[in-house]
Amino acid sequence: MSEDVAIIGIGMHPFGRHDDLSGRAQGAHALRAALQDAGVSWAEVDVAYGGSHDAGNADALCNDLGLTGLPFINVANGCATGGSAIASAVAAIRAGMAEVAVAVGFDKHPRGAFNPHPRDWGLPDWYGETGLMLTTQFFALKTRRYLHDHGISEDALVRVAERAYRNGALNPNAWRRRAMSSTEIAESAPVNLPLRQYMFCNPAEGGAALVLCRATAAKRWCEKPVLVKAAVVRTRHHGSFEVFSPALAAQQASAPTVTASRAAFEQAGVGPHDIDVIQIQDTDSGSEIIHLAENGFCEHGAQERLLRDGDTEISGRLPVNTDGGCLANGEPIGASGLRQVIEVCTQLRGEAGPRQVPGHPRLGYTHVYGAPGVSGVTILQR
Amino acid sequence: MSLPVLACPSLLRLDDGRPSLIGSRCADCGEVYFPSNASCTRCLGTRLEPHDLGSSGVLWSWTIQGFLPKPPYNGGETADSFRPYGVGYVEMACGIKVESRLTSADPALLRIGMPMSLTIVSYRLCENGERVSTFAFEPSVECVKESEHV
Repeated sequence: MSEDVAIIGIGMHPFGRHDDLSGRAQGAHALRAALQDAGVSWAEVDVAYGGSHDAGNADALCNDLGLTGLPFINVANGCATGGSAIASAVAAIRAGMAEVAVAVGFDKHPRGAFNPHPRDWGLPDWYGETGLMLTTQFFALKTRRYLHDHGISEDALVRVAERAYRNGALNPNAWRRRAMSSTEIAESAPVNLPLRQYMFCNPAEGGAALVLCRATAAKRWCEKPVLVKAAVVRTRHHGSFEVFSPALAAQQASAPTVTASRAAFEQAGVGPHDIDVIQIQDTDSGSEIIHLAENGFCEHGAQERLLRDGDTEISGRLPVNTDGGCLANGEPIGASGLRQVIEVCTQLRGEAGPRQVPGHPRLGYTHVYGAPGVSGVTILQR
Repeated sequence: MSLPVLACPSLLRLDDGRPSLIGSRCADCGEVYFPSNASCTRCLGTRLEPHDLGSSGVLWSWTIQGFLPKPPYNGGETADSFRPYGVGYVEMACGIKVESRLTSADPALLRIGMPMSLTIVSYRLCENGERVSTFAFEPSVECVKESEHV
């Protein structure tokens, strides 16, 4: 592999609802915090990749930070926008285009489920008009079939959510910071059965930013750089079961998560058993269960036992979504994938306070998934 | 029977009063698409022909849409008048799974693997009183009888 890349600054604006703040203001807050964390000035940044879905062009951040003339690339890759921004920033540094790069994202979504327009996704109008184009339906349909194929009970869906809110309660940046009982989750409103209200994340607001540089230069700025051992984005294949699919091919193919994950492990030269802390896309409880296996952390069908045995807890063998994940943080599309990276960096730096994974974690993993079938994976090393 | 006003007229045809779904099939590799597609995402070919998917299959997965979707959904209900509807994938004889509304929204009546038949349902009442319909799948008659018997 060419030039190693390091993350030298991380910054966030807490996720949630912030009625008095624009999405861009939350992005600027996160970016200034990341620059300050790195000790890098905006004028030193050679290239920036940023995304926002509902809060304007990310490039508008230059109006806040300063018009330095840097190349600023707007990224729009659905829920995988953050994963795409960091992969692009890493590629720019590896290619020698930049010494210092920024990946930034922010968002501010209206309340309620997303309402995509079919034509934006290459689909006919009737698909939206007749009530079939909802992300929540896709997650429910994929989850129902997965539970059926692999003998997993609906209790596993409750356990994922229970752990997410328990971890969220330990995270000052999280939106949902109240632990919930299994009964409260299991009896919450049926949104798209088998998935209920508290098994789904909500579109939200927030900002997240990273400052990256060539690894050989990292110590100049940062005492605890985190190395990016892999940053990979992959899209869907013919036959993979993805959101916004009016039909599924007769022969099913692997999800883009599987190919992104394999490529990332290969690039990093490590395997799933080497990973000490994991962030995976939990748009809903079912997604986390499916993604745990698709990313190679367990066999299909083994998830329920892992959940019951506490293996995915902060103190467990496979700590998953230690900051509460999307379920407790909500999902501001532009920022969400970067939040995962920031949480892993925080864990690898040993700065996660009450939610710190014990035993000085050395390797971390992030996975973001978005419509219409995009997965972004990073592998990070202390 | 003739076809009512449809949100998706190009997807359905009537044969002796029985509706069937129309998709397309790749002339090179045989892959089937619904709705019809102009190119084959499997073999990258561009020669596709109309293909009749038939009118029956088995339920492959299902959910109940529990909240009123935002536009572009145009069913016209209000939050108060909205009634949950079933949504599922139905595996057709050729293996393709078609996403569809289901005529049942009762979790007790739906199970993976049950036989399903194509039908047409009205899902929208326009302000001028016109009804608009779309395709849907219902549990097959044999299957309904069986569950009544149980």
